[in-house]
Amino acid sequence: MKNAVGRDIPEYLLRDGREVYQGKNYMDGKYLQKAAPRTRRYEKPQESKIVDSIVDALRQVGARSGMTFSFHHHLRNGDFVVNMVMQAAIEELGLDDITIAATSLGEAHDPVAQYIEDGKVVGIQTSGIRGKIGEVVSAGKLQTPAIIRSHGGRPRAIEAGEVHIDIAVVAAPTSDCVGNCRGIGGKSNCGSLGYAMTDAKYADHVIVVTDCLVDFPNMPASVEAIDVDAVVVVDSIGNPKKIASAAARISQNPRDLMMAENVAKVIASTPYFKEGFSFQTGVGGPSLAANLFLEKYMDERGIKMGWAIGGICGPMVEMLKKGKVGKVIDVQDFDLDAVNSINQTPNHFEMSASQYANPANKGAFVNKLDFVVLAALEIDTGFNVNVLTGSDGVLRGAPGGHPDTAAGSKCCIIVTPLVRGRMATVCKNVVTVTTPGACVDVLVTDYGIAVNPLRPDLIKCLDDAGIPHVSIESLQEKAYSLVGTPDDLEWEDKVVAVLEARDGTILDVVRKIKPLKL
Amino acid sequence: MIIEKSAVAGTLESSDAQVTVEPNGGGIAVEITSSVMNQYGRQIKAAVLETLERLDVKSGRVTVVDKGALDCTLKARVECAVFRSCGQSDKNIPWGGAVK
Repeated sequence: MKNAVGRDIPEYLLRDGREVYQGKNYMDGKYLQKAAPRTRRYEKPQESKIVDSIVDALRQVGARSGMTFSFHHHLRNGDFVVNMVMQAAIEELGLDDITIAATSLGEAHDPVAQYIEDGKVVGIQTSGIRGKIGEVVSAGKLQTPAIIRSHGGRPRAIEAGEVHIDIAVVAAPTSDCVGNCRGIGGKSNCGSLGYAMTDAKYADHVIVVTDCLVDFPNMPASVEAIDVDAVVVVDSIGNPKKIASAAARISQNPRDLMMAENVAKVIASTPYFKEGFSFQTGVGGPSLAANLFLEKYMDERGIKMGWAIGGICGPMVEMLKKGKVGKVIDVQDFDLDAVNSINQTPNHFEMSASQYANPANKGAFVNKLDFVVLAALEIDTGFNVNVLTGSDGVLRGAPGGHPDTAAGSKCCIIVTPLVRGRMATVCKNVVTVTTPGACVDVLVTDYGIAVNPLRPDLIKCLDDAGIPHVSIESLQEKAYSLVGTPDDLEWEDKVVAVLEARDGTILDVVRKIKPLKL
Repeated sequence: MIIEKSAVAGTLESSDAQVTVEPNGGGIAVEITSSVMNQYGRQIKAAVLETLERLDVKSGRVTVVDKGALDCTLKARVECAVFRSCGQSDKNIPWGGAVK
């Protein structure tokens, strides 16, 4: 069945009331029955919840085959915890039929690919899917299609009971003996623990894994002891060098800077650019550099940013400290400047994934966003964006907060070079639709700017400000003239991943790629 | 032209291609690996064959390790490898003739 972005969704996936994507705000006003976890009562006072090992913790919470384990990705590519827990569950306890529901998975989790090949891990639910896991899932080796959700779609699915978490594992930079966790104060600091919050509230059991035990009470706690069954102290939860980079530096690449300057120009041309405006940007080269140019326009007009959200890094913290931003609220931190600032710098707060981006709650932060600046692997002439699959059809990305912020914001700007090597970023049809074109407003490339025809108001803003823009078709033609027209990918019927729209309908599927043999 | 000995041109950097040519008993054999195989494999092969034909190479084994090179780069790497294979890369390159 064709959905609202023209993707053909196989009928057999449309069971149990599952629908195809119907367009933006389709679920507005409907009711959601929240699921509740079944949790164990600890009435008898416990002096401590510390157990000797991950295996002991798993035994204590009754881990068995067929369960769903949840993880969060604040330790990013430095994470050791997913692999440690999976090794304990599969190799030491002999469990199988396991589903991993993670907020994101990356190269750090390459060992999990082997468990997929061995048939021990049979389900993957995640936002990011990269590295070897992406390869084996793309090759059709996972027994069930992977389910890919945005950062807002995930807490929605958890709250709706579409994902039932048996055991949530919290990788905690610091914890006290009963499981009050924080992302700072230890040796593997990650700052915000926003993605773990919903998991901990909705899981039947919660295990905290930390490498820095601190005195009770560890306050203010991101994950609270009232939800925690057991605490395990290990030597190291991650590699700090890969958890947070020293400082996210602003790109010096003149192409990035040119695009960033154009992004700022577009922002400054709209009526939303006024005192107290709100903003989110990614940490990619041109997205991050947009901060720099935006500040210039803010100074010129004598206005301040009201608040910023997102994954946060140093340049935004700098603006907060300079008083140019009123508040920063974040769900994840990308560099040490941000890690060391959250809950320390006045007006730098932490929020949960649900508070950030969930479309089914009563108003996430993304709904109040004026601007978001995002990157793309591909964007097609319908303004549909792909941030999940490579142009070769292999899973190697993450929707993250992309679809959530694009849908919630008043002005969503995609910034990307026209081509990357031989890849045409602006193309006729994206491999996978991760963000529907109706949510995307402006495209800024190194070869020109295009505005979505659905936004005549923004076209007028650019015209009034004298900012040149062209049709997205002309950018696509330019791209193909540089790199050649790509052949269409060839697919097998087998669906290897289902891409859920943030509202839970099916936005697209990824099939098994048929590699070209010459 | 006749491929007399094996020769290499190009690098494994992104947006480049490394082309190796070797003598072959008879006919042309092309082997391609590419980071953009699924979208551009056919075009890469066509560019290689077209360049060999232009250079009047009738026999040889050509191995291309492509890292997303544009057609112009691919052609230049094939030309250079062929010229090196017959010791003609240092002088009398037919600019504007067989090499366009």
